[in-house]
Amino acid sequence: MADVFIVGIGIHPFGRTEGLSGLQQGAFAIAQALAEVGLEWRDLQFGFGGSDSAGGADTIVNEMGLTGIPIINVRNGCATGGSSLIGAWQGIASGQYDLGVAFGYDKHPRGAFNAMPAEYSLPDWYGEVGMMVTTQFFAMKLQRYMAQHGITPTALGRVAQKAFDNGVHAPHAWRRSPVDLETILTSQMISDPLTKYMFCSPAEGGVALILASEKKARQLGRANIRIKAAVTRTRPPGSFEVFSPSLSIERGGAPTLLASAAAFEMAGIGPEDIDVAQLQDTESGAEIMHMAENGFCKDGEQEEWLAEGWSRIDGRLPINTDGGCLACGEPIGASGLRQVYENVVQLRGTGGGRQAPGAPRVGYTHVYGAPGISGVTILER
Amino acid sequence: MGQVVDIAEGLFVAEPRPALIGGRHRDSGEVRFPCPAGNPAYEPVMLPHRGKLWSWTVQRFRPKTPPYAGPADFTPFALGYVELPDAVIVEAPFVDVEFDALHIGMEMETVLVPLTTDGEGRSVRSFAFRPVQE
Repeated sequence: MADVFIVGIGIHPFGRTEGLSGLQQGAFAIAQALAEVGLEWRDLQFGFGGSDSAGGADTIVNEMGLTGIPIINVRNGCATGGSSLIGAWQGIASGQYDLGVAFGYDKHPRGAFNAMPAEYSLPDWYGEVGMMVTTQFFAMKLQRYMAQHGITPTALGRVAQKAFDNGVHAPHAWRRSPVDLETILTSQMISDPLTKYMFCSPAEGGVALILASEKKARQLGRANIRIKAAVTRTRPPGSFEVFSPSLSIERGGAPTLLASAAAFEMAGIGPEDIDVAQLQDTESGAEIMHMAENGFCKDGEQEEWLAEGWSRIDGRLPINTDGGCLACGEPIGASGLRQVYENVVQLRGTGGGRQAPGAPRVGYTHVYGAPGISGVTILER
Repeated sequence: MGQVVDIAEGLFVAEPRPALIGGRHRDSGEVRFPCPAGNPAYEPVMLPHRGKLWSWTVQRFRPKTPPYAGPADFTPFALGYVELPDAVIVEAPFVDVEFDALHIGMEMETVLVPLTTDGEGRSVRSFAFRPVQE
């Protein structure tokens, strides 16, 4: 396939924005990305976009202008952003288009996500007895992982501490003040072993990426950041997913293992070649488990990684340089594209106080979500 | 003693001792819980009464209603997965357990417990696991 470049990026700050719909936050991000490149909405040939709970992307034309371009609506859970990116990438790589936009936005009510059993093809009793709660799944997957691989609560605290330290330097982050380790570890227990500060919150925000063919990118003088891989995968047999009334005794793989392997194969590189990574951290244990599932360390080594600070900004592999979901919150449709946005910032070297040293050249993103889906991208400068 | 109604049909039996009803795939032998409704590929099978704790957590805040149907006056409860030998790993709330005593591998058994009272004043019966008391 032909090379595709990310030539422009825009973001509406994550968090809570009264008076702006999710879609309007998406439009804000698109306008910002276009302005950065010196383009107008009418210059775009197509778009892929979506949200989980803020409406269809095709209505973005009400905000941006009635230019008649095709907009494909994407609704793919936590992989919504990744799937939009894949769509836009393929549209250009195939040779059909030269210039398009991938965008994601969302706006969720306060408090934990509230799911209904029927939406997941589950019987009503599953929710009635109190098991339709996503935080339980993360806690139980983590509880077993910690017991099997010797991960301590202190390591969980260090992930959250790092996230808030990094968020201080990310203008788009929601929580921008540090929280000390002791406060994180002793804050209210939500779902053992995870405390309040170890969970991200549903949030709002919008992200847009302008993609261009090589020819167009060169015309614009912005042929710098190339998409090397973008994949999503659903779950294999024997994986452990949210909202599972039962699990088979024969345990199997995980969607992240499939997505990660496919992305590395597509890019023709391995985990050792990655300079900066954004990994799904809906709670701090998720980041720990995803470090291993994506191939950056072996199970159990995360304890040493965190104690030594190897995933901090100045570490051997900076992870979640903008504070990830823990500091930014999680607007589902925008979250995966925020990771890609952050990697573009890092590869451009414009991260300011959160810039990874050593001029990173290759960036990796990973999302994971219900009901067992994972998306990975690899960018190269 | 008022009337008792089960939270769903075909989930569990009370006699000779409480046990869950799973579904066994007629070809592959794979066991699931609950037994997939309306799928002829699965036949109902009674699951072992006892098993080992596979993982756990504690629900510290009241889940949102709907869908949660437990009492309005909420007290945190433990829950988790129990591996029923040679069958399947099943998720359920736990009862009669000290949170501090929970550990992976501990012996658990199936019990039937009242969850709430329905609109007609009947006690709604559900299932749970509790530590085996030797």
